[in-house]
Amino acid sequence: MREITFGQGTLEAMREEMEADPTVFVMGEDLARQGGIFGQFTGLADSFPGRVIDTPISETFLAGGGVGAALAGARPVVDLHYADFCSVCMDEIFNQMAKARYMSGGQAKIPLVLRAPDGLITQGAAQHSQSVEAWFVHVPGLKVVAPSNAEDAKAVLKAAIRDDNPVLYFEHKNLFRQTFEVPDPEDEIPYEIGKAKVRRTGTDLTIVSYSKTMLTVKQAAEKLAEEGISAEVIDLITLSPWDKETVLQSVKKTGRLIIAHEAVKQGGFGGEIAATVAEEGFSYLKAPISRIAAPFVPVPFAPELEDQVRVHVEDIVKKAKELIKKNG
Amino acid sequence: MRVTKQQALQLYEKMCTIRAFEELVKKEYLAGNLPGFVHLYIGEEAVASGICAALEDEDLIESTHRGHGHCIAKGADLNRMMAEIYGKATGLCRGKGGSMHIADFSVGMLGANGVVGGGYNLAAGAALANKMILKNTKVSVVFFGDGASNRGTFHEAANVSSAWKLPVIFVNENNGWASTTPYRTTTAVENISDYAAAYHMPARIVHGNNVFEVYRAAVEAVERARRGEGPTFIEAKTFRVEGHFVKDPELYRTREYIEEERSKQDPFSEFHRIVLQENEEVEEVITKEELDAVRQKCEERVLQAQKFALESPGPKPEEYLEDVYA
Repeated sequence: MREITFGQGTLEAMREEMEADPTVFVMGEDLARQGGIFGQFTGLADSFPGRVIDTPISETFLAGGGVGAALAGARPVVDLHYADFCSVCMDEIFNQMAKARYMSGGQAKIPLVLRAPDGLITQGAAQHSQSVEAWFVHVPGLKVVAPSNAEDAKAVLKAAIRDDNPVLYFEHKNLFRQTFEVPDPEDEIPYEIGKAKVRRTGTDLTIVSYSKTMLTVKQAAEKLAEEGISAEVIDLITLSPWDKETVLQSVKKTGRLIIAHEAVKQGGFGGEIAATVAEEGFSYLKAPISRIAAPFVPVPFAPELEDQVRVHVEDIVKKAKELIKKNG
Repeated sequence: MRVTKQQALQLYEKMCTIRAFEELVKKEYLAGNLPGFVHLYIGEEAVASGICAALEDEDLIESTHRGHGHCIAKGADLNRMMAEIYGKATGLCRGKGGSMHIADFSVGMLGANGVVGGGYNLAAGAALANKMILKNTKVSVVFFGDGASNRGTFHEAANVSSAWKLPVIFVNENNGWASTTPYRTTTAVENISDYAAAYHMPARIVHGNNVFEVYRAAVEAVERARRGEGPTFIEAKTFRVEGHFVKDPELYRTREYIEEERSKQDPFSEFHRIVLQENEEVEEVITKEELDAVRQKCEERVLQAQKFALESPGPKPEEYLEDVYA
């Protein structure tokens, strides 16, 4: 085992895939000279001259140009600075990237990764803090991933680059500099897009999450264990296509389900998970499904206001105890 | 630069095929025999024919919702094209795209686009990949109308194309009408190509109904792109004879106006005027009989395509789930 940051995990993935395939390249703002605004591309331009491209601030070119590059036969990785800016190139993602293959009857192949740093970090406020994954799981033709640690950051990004479909890679800004224990290179296991991982086995309730909220869930599960409650924790990793079998199997065993994510609760991906379990696993449930997510407000600026939209360990612990007490 | 008689006849053949194709599509649509909705290229045939004649098969084009002409000019299989418009399993897109998303990747036709102004960045991105990553000399062409010139996507694609000297040709088909609105009522400039100056991009205004003039401009632009000198803007002034779509009530313009413009701006009359006598465009004079023979052949070819389409099976309903992911 060794220790690396989440950002280093993504950088290792980029290096390895760019070495393995000369058609892989990356474009975005501030990558070559600056190494990315979170340092996640540091040194890459020196190793791969001409294949780390600093673009103008032109998101429709980034996303649309990425589609064009993929149509031409390259494997572009596009960095979007902040996931919030997906809105600037929504047509390119939603109407071009996602649909080119279907509309052309399978002629088009779009091996493209759109990297989109999301989530809360140091009071970015309403336009630099959002988690927008739910917009994209609604769109057939896209794959959506959101890893929660350095090992997955690397393995998932490698899988995304190798995938022949457009993959939206949501990477939480607050994870970039966090350190994780990861396997040595020779022990790394390739990731298969669409697979969830059970992070902790348990019997009393299931907690499903992804991205940075997984760290909060993990702490909550430890606290619950101290109080004699056994939580099973599932890290979805891929949100589209998502691993509903793993979730249903777990709920079948525990009978209780909490879904936690940083995105706004209304219309969030948790609703999809809850609806699926209600449709296909209703009889397993001993208690109502619970979603812990952001309230229906834009992300505020002041620290004490911002803290109100965050998922806290205590929120999960409290809800878990409530579900077990009520229906114990 | 004069073209050979054979080249001239090839240009004419493309134009005639497009016209015959569109006339048939119009007739079939009005008869209720075609699904969806279609936007006809009638009156603009010389633009696509002239531009695509300067391209190789491996060069790429991004087309528009008014894309049949581009598709034919780039060399798409006519049978499978017609079958796509009829929504058949043998269609180029297996019945999943239709008129507005028709594509034939085998000849570098990357697709019509249902989003106006959706093609610029795709063309620029393809050019970037070809030049900077895949290291070849393929050229990308993006066709767009006067209406699409008002999309912001034009700015982003034009800027990077020029900044990085990408092999892109911006072909503006200025047919005077943005859907139902005369472009001059919504657009700051008379000549759309004025915009090119802001990107330090060379621009040419061509008589869009003179296929020779279009072709010459395209050859020059392609050579410049292949030399690595960057993009060119070609504004082809033309006229949209038909409504925005078939069955457009055209409440925004009169029959008299259309007939008058049509009598002044017709790519076929223009072609005949030039080639039937000694001229500056073609090495040899072409006879009316030779032109008639080409036109007749194209009309027959289009009827064969229709026959192929009509005899083709529809897609199996269960195929709707295929082609979402690779």
